[in-house]
Amino acid sequence: MNEQTNSILNTRFNVFLAIGHGLLVFFERTGRLVKFIARALYHCFTPPWFPSQLLRQLIDIGYYSLPVVGMTALFTGMVLALQSYTGFARFNAESAIAGVVVLSVTRELSPVLAGLMVAGRIGASIAAEIGTMRVTEQIDALTTLSVNPFKYLIAPRVIAATLMLPFLVLIGDIIGVFGGYVVSIYNLGFNSSSYLSQTWDIVETMDVVSGLYKAAAFGFIVALMGCYHGFNSGRGAQGVGAATTNAVVSSSIFILIFNYILTQVFFS
Amino acid sequence: MSEKAIEKLKFSGVKKSFGAKHVLNGIDLSVAEGKSLVIIGGSGTGKSVMLKCALGILRPDSGSILVNGGETVNLGHSERDEMMRKFGMLFQGGALFDSLNIWENIAFGLVQGRKMNRKDAKEIAIEKIKAVGLKPEVAHLYPAELSGGMQKRVGLARAVATSPEIIFFDEPTTGLDPIMADVINNLIVEQVKSLGATALSITHDMASARKIADFVAMIHEGRIVWHGPVGDLDHSGNAFVDQFIHGRADGPITRRTA
Ligand SMILES: Nc1ncnc2c1ncn2[C@@H]1O[C@H](COP(=O)(O)OP(=O)(O)OP(=O)(O)O)[C@@H](O)[C@H]1O
Ligand SMILES: [Mg+2]
Repeated sequence: MNEQTNSILNTRFNVFLAIGHGLLVFFERTGRLVKFIARALYHCFTPPWFPSQLLRQLIDIGYYSLPVVGMTALFTGMVLALQSYTGFARFNAESAIAGVVVLSVTRELSPVLAGLMVAGRIGASIAAEIGTMRVTEQIDALTTLSVNPFKYLIAPRVIAATLMLPFLVLIGDIIGVFGGYVVSIYNLGFNSSSYLSQTWDIVETMDVVSGLYKAAAFGFIVALMGCYHGFNSGRGAQGVGAATTNAVVSSSIFILIFNYILTQVFFS
Repeated sequence: MSEKAIEKLKFSGVKKSFGAKHVLNGIDLSVAEGKSLVIIGGSGTGKSVMLKCALGILRPDSGSILVNGGETVNLGHSERDEMMRKFGMLFQGGALFDSLNIWENIAFGLVQGRKMNRKDAKEIAIEKIKAVGLKPEVAHLYPAELSGGMQKRVGLARAVATSPEIIFFDEPTTGLDPIMADVINNLIVEQVKSLGATALSITHDMASARKIADFVAMIHEGRIVWHGPVGDLDHSGNAFVDQFIHGRADGPITRRTA
């Protein structure tokens, strides 16, 4: 073999090596995540349960997220009415605004934006809390006191987020539609009763229900990613910081990906 | 020596590395039932890692750890949960649950682990609070509101609240004033003697070691370099032990290993 082919082979080899290594790391991480999900699910469905922990999480995740989710939905509905008016006025299609608002809000915007807001609010705090517990050996202490951390810490958070997100999104739907209504009536001069009847005529049960299913999936994703990154947090304050960032980024990305997949499943 | 006594806890050839760093290089050590073994050794020599291996928090790379004669390395989750009921552990850093108040911390193993009702558990917790020399009023404070030494004592109370068979103490007297350290020493002796528990403690405090130990083991570079009754400590004939108990800077233990 001459020198040239040798060096080509070498660089090729390095490329394959890099790809191979990358793949290995990818499969290893995926495997770890899948194992974590399986363990989390197993412990969600098997006793003992910790009702007081669950209640605390239901309140924390559901009730205390209401203002954030409500504000997001309100302004989204309002801006949607404004924007679609500007667009539709060019085609004399202003009467479609009510439909656009209610469909976009219930099918897409309310679940996705609520999911992303909750990822920032809840995902981050779950990762930081569990990560700190990992770093300060509180998770080890749980084990030595015969309490399984998956049952005590992870299951309540995953269950609470999966149950509470649909509830938050339902409220978000109502507030979002209301926001669109307010702008249309008081700002754009629509007739109140015809706006409402247009809304009612166009919206179907499936539009709302599909959004609620999405919300449950997003809640599951947010809690799970928060727990996963917190549980596997690196050492020290830096480790907890990284865990928090990773929890928010990964749950946001998974929300967007699963939103596409679920939309495809529901409406095609 | 009472070689015939039942071995409650036995390490054989336990090795543990973190990446390229070899922390435990084959630990051989056993503790007889109802006895108190104190491990001494320099900072960073793997004492805490050794306890965590015994508890199953860390998994040894190789070797065996027997509890009551049964292998514990590679136990399944549920068997390990079962085994944990025999253990109590005082963590070096306290590891108190910062979202729970003091009595809930102490009663945690009773309420959550054993499903005891809160009222009875609280009574036991208050008793333990007094036993470690704290005022009952601290029961409703949170860990962050206590000093480091007070947190240590709460950690101790939590470790013994479930009346475990085997208790691990990771530096129980560090950060305490000499008088309180002695109160804690007495408490440990009392737990071991009155409850018949087996104790494995780590300490740098030689006064404490002399008080609570039946046996002493010295760890250096991941191995046990000396092991014997506490009475032999001063004439062990072992250069490592002599250097350590007299706190000399020169000897076989060099700063490099710390
Ligand atoms: N989870 C871990 N990951 C990586 N390295 C670790 C881990 N735990 C401990 N180590 C390393 O193992 C070595 C022994 O640590 P260990 O905590 O057992 O020391 P120690 O003997 O208890 O010291 P000290 O008396 O200061 O508490 C240290 O060098 C530490 O950096
Ligand atoms: Mg230590």
